[in-house]
Formats: sequence, structure tokens, C-alpha cells
Amino acid sequence: MFAGEGDDEKYLRNPDSIATTEAEMKPYTQKLRDTEISFEMVPIPGGTFIMGSPEDEPGRAEDEGPQHKVKIEPFWMGKHEVTWDEYDTWRLELDKRLRQFAGRESDNIDTLADAVTRPTPEYTDMTFGMGHDGYPAISMTQLAAKMYCKWLTSKTGQYYRLPTEAEWEYACRAGTTTAFSFGDDPEKLDEYGWFYGNSPDGYQKVGLKKPNPWGLYDMHGNVAEWCLDQYVPDFYSKFDNDKVAIFPVAVPSELYPRVVRGGSWYDEEPELLRSAARQKSDPDWKIQDPQLPQSMWYLTDAEFVGFRVIRPLNPPSEEEIKKYVLYPDIPEELIK
Amino acid sequence: MSNTSRRDFLKHTSVAAASAGVLASVGSRAFADGDDTIRIGLVGCGGRGTGAAAQALSTTGNVKLVAMGDAFADQLENSLKNIERQTRKVEDAHIAVDDDHKFVGFDAYRKVIASDIDLVILATPPGFRPLHFEHAVASGKHVFMEKPVATDAGGVRQVLEAARVAKEKNLKVGVGLQRHHQPCYLDLVERVKNGEIGDVLAMRVYWNGGGVWEPRRTRDQVASEMEYQMRSWYYYNWLCGDHICEQHIHNLDVGNWILGGYPVKANGMGGRQVRTDKRYGEIYDHHAVEYTFADGRTMISQCRHIRGCWNSVSEHGHGTKGMVHLSSNPRSCKLEYANGDEYQFKGDTKTPYQIEHDDLFAAIREGRSYNEAVNGAMSTMTSILGRMCTYSGKEITMDEALNKGSSIMPSNLADLTFESTPPTVPDENGFYPIPMPGKTEVLDS
Repeated sequence: MFAGEGDDEKYLRNPDSIATTEAEMKPYTQKLRDTEISFEMVPIPGGTFIMGSPEDEPGRAEDEGPQHKVKIEPFWMGKHEVTWDEYDTWRLELDKRLRQFAGRESDNIDTLADAVTRPTPEYTDMTFGMGHDGYPAISMTQLAAKMYCKWLTSKTGQYYRLPTEAEWEYACRAGTTTAFSFGDDPEKLDEYGWFYGNSPDGYQKVGLKKPNPWGLYDMHGNVAEWCLDQYVPDFYSKFDNDKVAIFPVAVPSELYPRVVRGGSWYDEEPELLRSAARQKSDPDWKIQDPQLPQSMWYLTDAEFVGFRVIRPLNPPSEEEIKKYVLYPDIPEELIK
Repeated sequence: MSNTSRRDFLKHTSVAAASAGVLASVGSRAFADGDDTIRIGLVGCGGRGTGAAAQALSTTGNVKLVAMGDAFADQLENSLKNIERQTRKVEDAHIAVDDDHKFVGFDAYRKVIASDIDLVILATPPGFRPLHFEHAVASGKHVFMEKPVATDAGGVRQVLEAARVAKEKNLKVGVGLQRHHQPCYLDLVERVKNGEIGDVLAMRVYWNGGGVWEPRRTRDQVASEMEYQMRSWYYYNWLCGDHICEQHIHNLDVGNWILGGYPVKANGMGGRQVRTDKRYGEIYDHHAVEYTFADGRTMISQCRHIRGCWNSVSEHGHGTKGMVHLSSNPRSCKLEYANGDEYQFKGDTKTPYQIEHDDLFAAIREGRSYNEAVNGAMSTMTSILGRMCTYSGKEITMDEALNKGSSIMPSNLADLTFESTPPTVPDENGFYPIPMPGKTEVLDS
């Protein structure tokens, strides 16, 4: 997975990204080799929180309970949703093209990063006219989002993946227990997030609204964000309320439904953007894909779904990657 | 989610629309001497043909797939597997393709059409379409054919003639220009035709994207030049027609639809700026064309296959009282009125790829006339006219293009084998001759 020791310079390693204990974790910016593109990561401290919503929360759905305690290990999380600029560097092989254009010879790092599968070119314009530079990438399958993380790992030499549903909610709440990370009043949503009420024509550039208490932008709205989990409606009832759940994740085995969180510009009702609100993927999200088998990479009708990456302080072992299906699992029905 | 979201609402409306269709067709089920099963064959088993077959099988009433044909055996088996998987839960979809009805090779279309079928799906690379369509009509079969329906003017003339015969025989013909069946297009085009944005004076239409699939085989992996081109057909003009024809036809067709006719002349420019490697055959990576209609109205068109550029797949009409914006994404379809008001499409989001088959099969079951071939041929010709302009650099009239456009097809199309020589071949370094504006001739003298 990694090219080895002593490659910090080639990886464009930011010294702030290096930490072995939670206390050493800092925010950092990572540049992508051969490009002018970078992304920012924010440290999320470890801790225990109550996952799910209380039964009296307005707009609450059955699948948000019962509430239960979850322990989360420290990680960094993308300050913003992954943008088209970052995503297309991988998707359209712009890094390879820029390297060739600059006449730089491939090295050991490139060999690993180039070995990660990239999507086939899109059939239609996947921004749907909503904007590209600085806007969140959308309409990717969960497989594509996971494959991007795999590439980013090889590209940077540090381990990135999608968050679990629990990690996502923990980061979204940022220590709060209210319906939103800014309180209970949906009237204030306009200050913190994009939803149908203030952005009916599409997504917006990332980072324009106020962040949550831990410095994360657009956790409520703009685009919904992929998590690792299979969507299991009664998943929360599997936990013993007297104990603290450690790394709860509904390990995925079926293509549908899987979890997305945070709501999006496409959601009319503010309650769909609450910290505890759960959404699930659906075959309808690619109904306009005219090919059979349908694409592994694109969701033609989910222009409200994107993702955000996390980097655990302690990267998983090979066994854990296998056990929790943290790797890009290719669904059987999409194999050509 | 317990909340009724907008997404759920849209889903419900499309379910309601679907059940209305079911009710409408009950009572006229009798088809082919009391047996209501429509027997179909598939010619061209790529991703689109496979999808089309699954959609045909998913229409209301019994449909049975009984024969399949493709130039390549590997393609056919994969296709069958995927159709089975996709239609497993469709009650009245039947698949009965025995080994005697799996046909491989250039003549597979003849054998599929000669099978006991009512309708044939034609979904090979478009260069073969005129030959296949003509033969299907001569054999008395209903047809669903993918767009474009030809790659040169001779092919378009052949399709127009076969369309006339199909009409005489009352054969039903659907063409895969699915925007004509997409609720957001139907709604907004009707509003435009009703004058909601005044008279439309000009159209802008785009298919600017990053390109399509990469060439599928290297020279080492194939036995002949013919196989090399057939495997990567998109990059060869006689098979594909260039992307202005193969993809951009959708947007040009919408422009024709709204302006209510076909252009009388065009001029344009284009070239091969980025996608220049020899494995990308002979097609351009960008075209920009200005079409003029009989009354002087204009359609401005762009199509591009270059990564990292401004992308759009959409159509826009400029009227005297507002604008219309269309795209295959229903959420982007709207009217903007001159007074600042907007109308946003919020209706059915059912896939038009299914609806186009629902409509065709309903017409067959109900015995209604149904023929999309002439419009399919003329919108194909619109795209070919554009290509003739970008390749030659000249202004060309539709009349000249349609009647004097040079053939780009092999003269022995009906008798091709994998040993035949395609109409263009590479030089000793593997590069194909590229059309050159100012030099390339596209009309017969």
C-alpha cells in the first residue's frame, strides 16, 4: 500500500500531518503531486457519544433509535466535501497527464497510485451544469468513493477511507446533542447549510456557510455523504444500552441500500439534514444509465450524493480492512 | 425515512403513471392469433443492446427473447447473462434463447431476423443500421433501433426508403432518441410549442464531455485490421459516424424538434487537438457547427471529447418571451420567462429508456401506427451534415449533403468477414488518415 520510508519529500508530506498520539494531531493541508490541488484535514478527538436521536426530536425517524453509546477513536476528517478538482485528478487521470506533460519520470509512488483502478469516462456531463471548480464531486457510486480513498492512500502514503456511519454522526454532532450541530432551531439552517430552501437549483461551492464546532463545513446539506455501512434500519437495536459500542459498523454485503448522511441541496425538509437523520442508497439512483450491466462508477440520478474522507490516527491492519470491508468491494451485479 | 420527501413523492408519481399505462392496455391483449406474447430478437449485444432487450422484456404483457446475434461470441454470452439477471423479477419476461438461436458473425442479423420473431432490436454500431433495418422491414418485422441510424448520406437515404416501406406494411418502428419519451422534455417542449416563451428564434445545443470508453483491444490482441476496428468501433467513422453523429445527435434532434423541422444548410469547424494517439483511430475530438433553418433561424452546436474542459449536455432555446433549458436530468429542466418568473419541471422521473419501449410495445399491442424512422433518419442526417462541414471546412446545404454526400462505407457491406479490408487503414506507423478542413472532400462531384 505504501511506497516505503524516506519518501516524505516525494509525497509532499506536510509535517503537521504526522502524529502518533491524539495530542500531536493538528490540522493540515495535503497537496496532490503534479497538480496545483490540495485539500485540508481537521483533527477529530476520540471520545464517547450518544448515537441516534431522542424519541421526541421533531422530524425524527424510527431508524434513528434506540439511542446508544459509541466510542470513537481519533481521526482526521476532510474539512470539506471532496471537490471535483480533487476527484477528477483521480477520475480523469489528470495527475498522470500532468506528469507526462511536465516530462517527469514515474517513480515507485506513481507505480502504486497508477495501479489503482480508475473509472471509465462518464457518458454524460456529471456536473449537470451545476459547476465544477470548487464544487463538491457528486453522482459517484460508493465503490468509486472507496476507490478514490484507495488511490489517495497510495498517492499520499497515508491511510484514507470513508467514515463509518458512527464516525460521521460523531463528527457532525461535534459534541452537541441537539438536532443540528448549531441547536434545535431549523430556522437557523440557512446559516450553516445548503438545502432546497436556499439552493433549489443545485449544489454550492464547498465551505461557504458556517462550520460546525469542530471546524467541519457543510456537514448539514450541500451534498449527502457516503458512509461505509450497509443501511440496516434496526441496526441500533443490536447494541446493549449499558455497554459502549466499539467501532460499530454494519459491514456491507449487498449493493443496496448503503448509508449516506447529512442530507443535501435536494432535500426540501430541514429535518432530513439533522445530525441523526439517515438516508439510504437506492437502485433508482442510476435509473437513467442505459447500459447493461450498469456502471460501477456513476449514479446518473444521484446528483445530491458526494463524500468526505477521513484518516484514522491508527491505520487499520490488513485483517481489519478485510473484516470490515474497508476496501473497494465490487458488487457482483455490476461486474462486466 | 418516515418523512415524505420530495424524492419519495416523485417516485410515487412515476408508479402511478406506470399503473395508468397498465390499465390502458388491458382489453386489447389479443396479439398474433390470440397469443399475446411478443417474440423478440436482439442484434448487437453490447451494453446498450443488452439494456434495450431488458427494457423490451419489462414492458407490460408477455415478451419473449428467442434469438440473439453479435459479431463476437464473448459479447453475446455476457449479454444473455446480464439480461437474465436484470429481468429475473419481471413476471411476464421470458427468455428462451437456445444454442441454435445464438448467432455469431457479420451475418448474424440475417439469422436473427429469420427466426420466429415479431420484433427485432437493432443495436450494433450504427454503420450497419441501414442494412439491418432494410432487411428487417423487408422481412416484415417490427423494429426498435438505436440512434444514430446511419453514418453517411447513402445510409440515411436507405433508411428513409425502408421507413416508407415500413409505413406501407404498417410495421412499428421505434428509434432510441429517448428524449422524445422523457416526461420533462414532453412537458417543456409542449409549453414552448404553446407559445409560453414566444417564438423560438435560436437554439444552443451541447454535448461537451470527457469522451467515451478507451479502445478495447491492442493490435496484439486481434487477428485482423477488421477485428481491431470492430472492437473499438467508436473511433472509426464508417462504424460510428464520429461523436457528433453518435452522441450529439440527441441534442441536435431536440433542436430540430423545437424549431419544427430540419436545417437547410450549415457551416462549422472542428479538429483533433488532444486525443491524437493512433489508437484513437480517425475521429475528431471537437466540432462546432452553426445550422440555418429555412426561415433563417439558427441552431448553434458544440460537441467535445476533451477532459478537463467546460462540460455540458443540454439544449437551450431563446424565445421572444423567455428561454427554455433542457437536459436529460429532469431537475435542470425549466422555463425562464421574460418577466423573471420561472417554471421548474417537477413531474415524473421514470427512465425514458423504459418509456420508449413501453410506448412502442403498447402501439404494437393496440395496432396503432407508430414510426419514428423518418425523424431518426433526418436527425441522423443533421449530425452527418455537421460532420461534413467540420471535415471539409465548407458551407454545405442539406440538399447537397443528403443527395451527394460521399459514401464512407465498404462497398461489400453485406458480405464482410473479419478478413475484409475496412474503408480506412493505417499507414506503416499505425496512424489513420485524418480529415483536413480545406482539403477533405465530402461531396461526390
